[in-house]
Amino acid sequence: MADVTLKINGIEVTVPEGTTILEAAEKAGFKIPTLCHDPELSKPGACRICVVEVKGARNLAASCVTPVAPGMEVLTHSEPVINARREILDLLLSNHPEDCLTCDKMGECALADYAYEYGVRRGSYQGDKNVYPIEDNNPFIVRDMNKCILCGKCVRVCDEIVGYSVIDFINRGFKTKVAPAYDVTLAESNCVFCGSCVTVCPTGALTVKDTRGKFRPWEVKRVKTTCPYCGVGCNFDLLVKDDKVVGVAPNPTSEVNGRFMCVKGRFGYKFIHSGDRLTKPLIKKNGELTEASWDEALTLVAEKLGEIKAKYGSDSIGVLASAKCTNEDNYLLSKFARAVLGTNNIDHCARL
Amino acid sequence: MRKVLICAGTGCISSGSPKVTEKFQEELSKRGITDIEVYNTGCHGFCEQGPIVIIEPDKTFYCRVEVDDVPEIIEKHLLGGQIVEKVLFHEPQVDKKVEKYTDISFYAKQQRLVLHNCGHINPERIEDYVANGGYEALRKVLTSMSPQEVVDEIKKSGLRGRGGGGFPTGLKWQFTKDAKGDKKYVVCNADEGDPGAFMDRSVLEGDPHAVLEGMAICGYAVGADEGYIYVRAEYPLAIRRLQIAIKQAEEKGYLGENIFGSGFNFRIKIKAGAGAFVCGEETALLTSIEGNRGMPRPRPPFPAVKGLWGKPTNINNVETFANVPLIIKNGADWYASMGTEGSKGTKIFALTGKVNNTGLVEVPMGITMRQIIFDIGGGIKGGKKFKAVQIGGPSGGCLPEELLDLPVDYDSLIKAGAMMGSGGLVVMDETTCMVDVAKFFLNFTQKESCGKCVPCREGTKRMLEILEKITEGKGEPEDLEILEKLAYNIKNSSLCGLGQTAPNPVLSTLRYFRHEYESHIYDKKCPAGVCSALLEYKILEDKCVGCGACARVCPVGAISGERKQPHKIDPEKCIKCGSCMEKCKFGAIVKG
Repeated sequence: MADVTLKINGIEVTVPEGTTILEAAEKAGFKIPTLCHDPELSKPGACRICVVEVKGARNLAASCVTPVAPGMEVLTHSEPVINARREILDLLLSNHPEDCLTCDKMGECALADYAYEYGVRRGSYQGDKNVYPIEDNNPFIVRDMNKCILCGKCVRVCDEIVGYSVIDFINRGFKTKVAPAYDVTLAESNCVFCGSCVTVCPTGALTVKDTRGKFRPWEVKRVKTTCPYCGVGCNFDLLVKDDKVVGVAPNPTSEVNGRFMCVKGRFGYKFIHSGDRLTKPLIKKNGELTEASWDEALTLVAEKLGEIKAKYGSDSIGVLASAKCTNEDNYLLSKFARAVLGTNNIDHCARL
Repeated sequence: MRKVLICAGTGCISSGSPKVTEKFQEELSKRGITDIEVYNTGCHGFCEQGPIVIIEPDKTFYCRVEVDDVPEIIEKHLLGGQIVEKVLFHEPQVDKKVEKYTDISFYAKQQRLVLHNCGHINPERIEDYVANGGYEALRKVLTSMSPQEVVDEIKKSGLRGRGGGGFPTGLKWQFTKDAKGDKKYVVCNADEGDPGAFMDRSVLEGDPHAVLEGMAICGYAVGADEGYIYVRAEYPLAIRRLQIAIKQAEEKGYLGENIFGSGFNFRIKIKAGAGAFVCGEETALLTSIEGNRGMPRPRPPFPAVKGLWGKPTNINNVETFANVPLIIKNGADWYASMGTEGSKGTKIFALTGKVNNTGLVEVPMGITMRQIIFDIGGGIKGGKKFKAVQIGGPSGGCLPEELLDLPVDYDSLIKAGAMMGSGGLVVMDETTCMVDVAKFFLNFTQKESCGKCVPCREGTKRMLEILEKITEGKGEPEDLEILEKLAYNIKNSSLCGLGQTAPNPVLSTLRYFRHEYESHIYDKKCPAGVCSALLEYKILEDKCVGCGACARVCPVGAISGERKQPHKIDPEKCIKCGSCMEKCKFGAIVKG
């Protein structure tokens, strides 16, 4: 593909044909704000905060969707551009609850970051605000549509990455909102609660129910790990506060799954610190399960398996593995069944 | 043979033309008369005068014909050769009845090219269209012209898009023709949505084959074998007539495979829109045809390169396509001889508002607004004073009296802060409040905003709120500045044409009628006496005879007074309904 040379803020930049102004500007070291843009999703050009001035153009151009052209002269931070961005932030904040102090998104909110960067303290328009009830009738996701800026990332991720298309825009004008068909709640829809919409949401409109009010993003340590649920091998971060896992967050560097996960990996981490979890072997003595040492327990198991094998033969034993174990663990178990116990009776639970 | 042409456009149908048709047939057969043909036509554009009945070849124009008038028309006119005076059109300017449609000033100054068949042929009979030279243009291009020659002819004609934007049609066709792709589409935008505009509906209802022929010619020129007509579902009659027309054209071989033995194939499908104004925007329209929520997408890529289902697509408006057969038949030079330097041919306008003759008018480009409103429209109703004309619908602007002699063409209108739009013309008189007008249009665009981009969705809402505030008498001096700042940013940063033009009604009224805004804000007065929050009803003591009629009609008991003594209105109680003023026979109640 041919190269295109253009000028961004007076600096010459050469990029491949088809590159957007946004990408070219990033290459040249200029940061342009975006709210609806996501490199992994289709480009709607909707939020307009990434507008730039292109010499000779009638209107400001959305840099996320405008391809570069030879000889183009772009200004990413001219006065009309800054004014337009401030206006957009002002308009968004004017229809937004001013409760950043208790908002779970504080610290990772794109809207707050840009309001800070562009010095828009609060919405200046004193008119109507949309007032929607907060939706939390499911175990995983809290939807606060009052904080939604209608960037549509959730709609696109659900359609383009997850393939479920549970949500879309409904209504028109100021009353536009994102909802499942017939405006039911997520719980009543065919949502699978993979949480991808929460991952891409730039504001506090979609948050994780379990962790609300539990921590601020800067209080947690992120530890990358592999999901224990199935053999796909998704990676993500465990969020650790005071040596306890308090949540899970996607890690974009994950080679297998990128930022996207399923409901189990995303929300099923609470077994880690569960009081019901077994931490020591138990042996039934006089009808009661009593704690034992590993040596004691393993010796007992070896004895019993040996006895059964001698008395009834190898095929009287069956082994059930877990999909939650790693491939290596399951390989070992298979070896153990076939080489040590001498049976092919080995299976596993396909799902968790 | 005498013919009785009865209009069966949507307007005349709703004023009762089907019953008139039935009556004609019934009365004629009762009398055993078989040498008079009765048939339905499309719209004449003068719907307020419906049901319209034309007697040919006499050119007699009967209007507001009722079922009971039919026997008299048959006896007196068809059998007796005399005119039936009472159903003739009354010309308001000269206070005279007119016999022939050619003499009615509403028609006399029009140049009906696109509308030439409307009202004169039966739109449900392809034979009528063919008998008037229909499908000759398609035959001509398929048998004697190369696709590039067709594109060149359209370019040479100077035809520009009639949907509002005014983009040169030939150039658009060239882009689609040059775009790489084995599959291409032609789309007809029949999602007419401007309040009051109905020219596309009339063409579809009155001359559907002209649009089909124009699309087929376009298909040949750009290399498409499939066309879509996106027509709003609120136009059931237009859809029905299109369905009939497509079926008949396929039966006759004007659509389908190997048309005129040329090897060219072209089929047309109809897609009914679901009522969203924004679907008139081409990318939203394409998104809607694809089965998604009608929301615009960024351009580039333009539809010519990546349109319907990602394929190169040429999209034009109904009126644009209806011009195409005329250009091919009569030649580009003929077409380019009409109009102005930059705007060729004719344009159909929907003339409405405070004007004597309302309806569809087709005029050459470059005609002045004054000629349209005063010569064709017959001037302002009730002898009132002209104040402004709103052109271009919600995307357009309001032009004041000083601009009445402005030539109506694409470029002059843009310069004046309005736009051609699809051709809505709303005439306003001195009793119209310009702030109220701006509010009306902003309310429309805000409700019809698709909600995708922030400036349009949130910005038009705030503009509307400020206008509401001003009309309620709560306006503050800085509101005008805020309105202008918002308008500028919305125009400059919105995604599609809807948002980019939504502030126009506010900007143009601010430009030409700023003093009205200022009266609302500073004096808390509405000069036109429209904004009820700023009105006060008063009884003039010297004129009041104390009859008590006003007090009796007042629904809230705000008027009191002794019999035969001047009465008084309690402003605290008054709800400004205006009933008292209507009731007073002595002109003793005034508002202001």
